[in-house]
Amino acid sequence: MAADTKETITVQLHELTAWELTQKLQQREISAVEAVEACFDRIAAVEDRVKAYLCLTRDQALQQAREVDARRASGEALPATAGVPIAYKDLLCTDGVPTTCASRILANFVPPYDATVVERCSQAGLPMVGKANMDEFAMGSSTENSAFQITANPWDLERVPGGSSGGSAAAVAAGEAFWALGTDTGGSIRQPASLCNLVGMKPTYGRVSRYGVVAYASSLDQVGPLTRDVRDCALLLGLIAGRDQRDSTSAAVPVPDYTEVLGRDVTGLRAGIVRELLYGEGIESDVREAVEAAIKTLDSLGMACEEVSLPHSEYSLPCYYIIAPAECSSNLARYDGVRYGHRTERETTSVYDMFAKTREEGFGDEVKLRIIKGTYVLSAGYYDAYYRKALQVRTLIKRDFEQAFERFDLLICPTSPSVAFRIGEKADDPLAMKLADICTLPINLAGIPAMSVPCGFSGGLPIGMQLMGKPFDEPTLLQVAYAYEQSCDWHRRRPAL
Amino acid sequence: MPDVTLDDVRHVCRLARLDLSTSEMERVRGELNRIMAHFHELQALDTEGVPTTSHAIPMSNVYREDIPGVSLPVEKVIQNAPDSVEGFFRTSLFVEE
Repeated sequence: MAADTKETITVQLHELTAWELTQKLQQREISAVEAVEACFDRIAAVEDRVKAYLCLTRDQALQQAREVDARRASGEALPATAGVPIAYKDLLCTDGVPTTCASRILANFVPPYDATVVERCSQAGLPMVGKANMDEFAMGSSTENSAFQITANPWDLERVPGGSSGGSAAAVAAGEAFWALGTDTGGSIRQPASLCNLVGMKPTYGRVSRYGVVAYASSLDQVGPLTRDVRDCALLLGLIAGRDQRDSTSAAVPVPDYTEVLGRDVTGLRAGIVRELLYGEGIESDVREAVEAAIKTLDSLGMACEEVSLPHSEYSLPCYYIIAPAECSSNLARYDGVRYGHRTERETTSVYDMFAKTREEGFGDEVKLRIIKGTYVLSAGYYDAYYRKALQVRTLIKRDFEQAFERFDLLICPTSPSVAFRIGEKADDPLAMKLADICTLPINLAGIPAMSVPCGFSGGLPIGMQLMGKPFDEPTLLQVAYAYEQSCDWHRRRPAL
Repeated sequence: MPDVTLDDVRHVCRLARLDLSTSEMERVRGELNRIMAHFHELQALDTEGVPTTSHAIPMSNVYREDIPGVSLPVEKVIQNAPDSVEGFFRTSLFVEE
């Protein structure tokens, strides 16, 4: 009987949102230790099929949970969400816990410090479940570029969860964590959120500290939440946002209480529907129809929705694929096999030879290709034609958004042009893979915030709607996303695993 | 723009400190030519007089008080080194005898 009872409680627990779990923790209906155990029970049941994690930290999570329970029992005032277990993408440095970036070159790397976002979550009492799989160095849109394993989409195990934060998304969707942090350089939080029926946000560039985040493209990278609903997104963003002295690009802009706007009336808010990204080539008809239906719902809630054009959005793809590899080739120059990471065991004749062999062995094909592309566009004779040109086009893309935001409070389009594709389907077609990010790339180039919200299904696979806002106007996105969410139940659906 | 040649790839690999085999370089050459053709779309766009954007959110230099902080202990810094000796990183010989 006892075993049956525990089974019932566990099944209920792992499906809760983080804020629902928070209420149960605060009311002492369950303990933080039980919440952690619910995650690990679920992991025991599904992880061999989902493969979301590269490393599990059960002992550490239980230790953190016991501390939360003891502090709560003693009557200490704790942060509201203390005790809610979290997963971290494996490029967020975790003191004493391996951080591999899903790359052979960092396979044995154990950071000597926490990333600021990890530190803030730990201080808020969130137990760490483990480190989630990803595309190597966050380069990819399917998590197939991991050097270690392929993660499956919990909604269809033969399909990708999206990427590069695919492990984080799959873990939350499968009930193996209550929420997760990912990073987004060109869509790496929003696209997997869309493909896994989650809420995912890329905050404004500078909203969240990048200290301790393994760098890919520094002018585009940003950390953000992957959660089961909008309220969870608001709560987690509130924990990680804010100025950090250790990241000079983190902005000294006050952090509001992001939950305050939830439930606020959206009547009169103006939404621009991005013509090129809803009706453009490559957007699947089911995706378009689901987003159109969501827009009708927003209309019925009193919002004023009308079309807008972002004429330079078609140049986002070539612009991004010059700028991101250029920055990557510079950032990844640090992997030389001297201070940390893999070093070749082959005989070497010079220090150059050691660097070159180490890097050849340590990096995967996609990473090598992006380093070479980036080095090429920055090399003498090509810098002006490619890199400088791309930075000018970036200005034009950014201006499109600025002009649109003179008329609108937020913009709307699909998050991903398609639902989750089959594992291997696009692996040999790099351009097709890159098109997966066509709706999300412009946002990183412009530095603005954007989030993906579940808005329907096609053939049992989730569809996401993307909301884009003015710099540091995450509250309006959350307000509209919440209003929409209250009028539907897409986010309440869970995959049958 | 002319096609990327194998010599171009060899040169860029050397700059990027990547020791690729000739067959890998051939693969990369094909990929580069494919993607570069895509990049040429940008050339059609008139950007005369358009300023560059390297960071989307404008920021000026950020300063803090120059107060010495606590650094990581040497043993923690050195713990990930593939090879170290007495608190130093050890690498291949790079000054010719």
